[in-house]
Amino acid sequence: MRDDNDNKMVQCPTPVQQHVNITIAHGGGGSQMHQLIEDLFIKIFASEELKRAHDGAVFNGQKKRFAFTTDSFVVSPLFFPGGNIGSLAVLGTVNDLAMCGARPLYISAGFIIEEGFSVEMLNQITHSMKIAADKTNAKIVTGDTKIVEHGKGDGVYINTSGIGIMDHELDISPTSIEPGDSIIINRDIGRHGIAIMSVREGLQFETSIESDIAPLANSIIALIENDIRIRCLRDLTRGGLASALTELAGSSRLHFVLEERSIPVSSAVNNACEILGLDPLQVANEGTFILFAPQSDAEKALNILRNDLNWPEASKIGRVVDDENGLVTLVTILGAERIITMPAGEQLPRIC
Amino acid sequence: MKYIDEYRSSEFVNRYVSRIRKTVRGKWNIMEVCGGQTHAIFKFGLDQLLSSNITLLHGPGCPVCVTPASIIDQAISISLKPGTMLCTFGDMIRVPGNDADLLSARGQGADVKIVYSPLDAIEPAKRLPDREIVFLAIGFETTVPAIASVVLTADRLKIKNFSILNAIVRIPPAVEALLKDPECRIDALLAPGHVCTITGLREYKSLVNKYQIPIIATGFEPVDLIQGIFAAVEQLERGKANLSNRYSRAINFYGNKYAQYIIGQVFDITDREWRGLGTIANSGYNLKEEYKQYDAKNRFDIALTKSDNENKCIVSDILSGRSNPSQCPEFGKTCRPGHPLGPMMVSSEGSCAAYYKYRSNDARR
Repeated sequence: MRDDNDNKMVQCPTPVQQHVNITIAHGGGGSQMHQLIEDLFIKIFASEELKRAHDGAVFNGQKKRFAFTTDSFVVSPLFFPGGNIGSLAVLGTVNDLAMCGARPLYISAGFIIEEGFSVEMLNQITHSMKIAADKTNAKIVTGDTKIVEHGKGDGVYINTSGIGIMDHELDISPTSIEPGDSIIINRDIGRHGIAIMSVREGLQFETSIESDIAPLANSIIALIENDIRIRCLRDLTRGGLASALTELAGSSRLHFVLEERSIPVSSAVNNACEILGLDPLQVANEGTFILFAPQSDAEKALNILRNDLNWPEASKIGRVVDDENGLVTLVTILGAERIITMPAGEQLPRIC
Repeated sequence: MKYIDEYRSSEFVNRYVSRIRKTVRGKWNIMEVCGGQTHAIFKFGLDQLLSSNITLLHGPGCPVCVTPASIIDQAISISLKPGTMLCTFGDMIRVPGNDADLLSARGQGADVKIVYSPLDAIEPAKRLPDREIVFLAIGFETTVPAIASVVLTADRLKIKNFSILNAIVRIPPAVEALLKDPECRIDALLAPGHVCTITGLREYKSLVNKYQIPIIATGFEPVDLIQGIFAAVEQLERGKANLSNRYSRAINFYGNKYAQYIIGQVFDITDREWRGLGTIANSGYNLKEEYKQYDAKNRFDIALTKSDNENKCIVSDILSGRSNPSQCPEFGKTCRPGHPLGPMMVSSEGSCAAYYKYRSNDARR
């Protein structure tokens, strides 16, 4: 669900720390490391499981299907318009769970911190993680901290893993996609990539473009609860819409036909792409997903997305046709048809 | 987007498509000179809307594509020297030289920095006076004024640790080389709009007179391109050969005089080697004597390396319009954007990259 306050920078007092910057001693297993973990991570994440200070989190199983995923975040810059590496690390993982159709439950967080990193920045990042986890009702229940020598890291790297539970019987996967399905997107594309690029490359645009970073699980759960028969989901990250669709077309061996006119792109992103020579279809996103559903459910899904879940730009962007060639084609604004290919390299190296 | 959307109007484009269909009788080969035009044609699928009587040939107007492999070799050799930083446009990083590319030099520890403008190479030169900053200067007349002004800026600020590795080329002599070729199949040319904003149209006027071929100065949006094609077809069907400006919102006959003045201050015209086309008389710019200290070739010991390897890339056939990329036996097989045999598969203006990215399904199989 879109929340326009999601992306505001977190301003929280730094817990009492002897040091302004991280030192090698913070990873040494001694009192300083314990102080860091207790003052910062346990205090901010504040889950019962972490407070137990056990070697792992223990929780009750249920007779349902689970989803489990992991992702590592090596972002430059660490802070960008709309978020930071902390919100990205949590939302990246919970969004992956959401794309399996799962309700996120538990998250682990592993930090690799470079000696000399600012404790204040670590505090902000940790708070952003907590806020992001709260928005999806997931708990950060276990973690790890390692410190590397100055020059051997890039500030901070974060790995998160997540467990989610399936409250439904749908089989959400590329193999469930069927000819005739509609392809629906929740919002306009390309914001995260342009936001990151504007900071990293020092590019100034007339209007500042914020990352689309947002939790997606609640939207997916709401769609399923409203009986939308979701066949497949994919969040658009690196490589953008082009990468996600070519991958899914390849694995489902079906042909996706897109309508260029229906793909929402904001004028700010469009202008930036025109100036930089980028293709919005290939630019990264962090809070944007596509869903495949039977055509008969498409209108209902769009209504729910636009009206109940506050995704006003949600749009049907294409359809699946019965042609087992694994291709994605685009009907251009002129009415001609061309293929869409997977981007060859990164448009932006090390985006996340 | 103002000045973009109106030039992508499908209503306008289709109006011209039907005018072309009504006009065309013969079979015509029309070359769009600039790679930016090639990409726009494929991105919007304009070629699919045209009558089958019209074949579009893709010209040599991609600066990355025509830079010889030996220049890449020299750039790599400079970048690997201790204390140097090589600044380049992003496209050049993956262009293969004879043995390697700049990306692999970076992997060996070379400091290769991507810049968006030649002026971005001045900042590190100011900041790091103990290091040698070299800008890999590629481009056509559109980029030359910016490169010239970087040299003038370095001179004014007395920056001693900055130089350019020069591979700048001029378009009209290359176009003339194609027209002179006895095997030339070109019936009409769409001249490169952006280059013409700087140069004006004088040189194209003399090509029209000499080779009796319609030349239409053309922009880069679908409406611009279809208007250019229509103007070419109209002339060809009437047996005319005139110079026509269909990009008049950007081009005037005399060009940008201030840009021409800056170029003339810093550069002399010289012969230049083009990848795939060989050495073409008067097709390049060399630093004038008083700015020779900014020439990387004078500053570094980079003996002229071997000339370009023969490999399976049919770059010369494609740049001259004799073949299109899908006729290359390596296209999409051993040569792909992630593993390019030649620069045309790398550059955002290369016609092989355009075919690979946008072409209809048949060409991929």
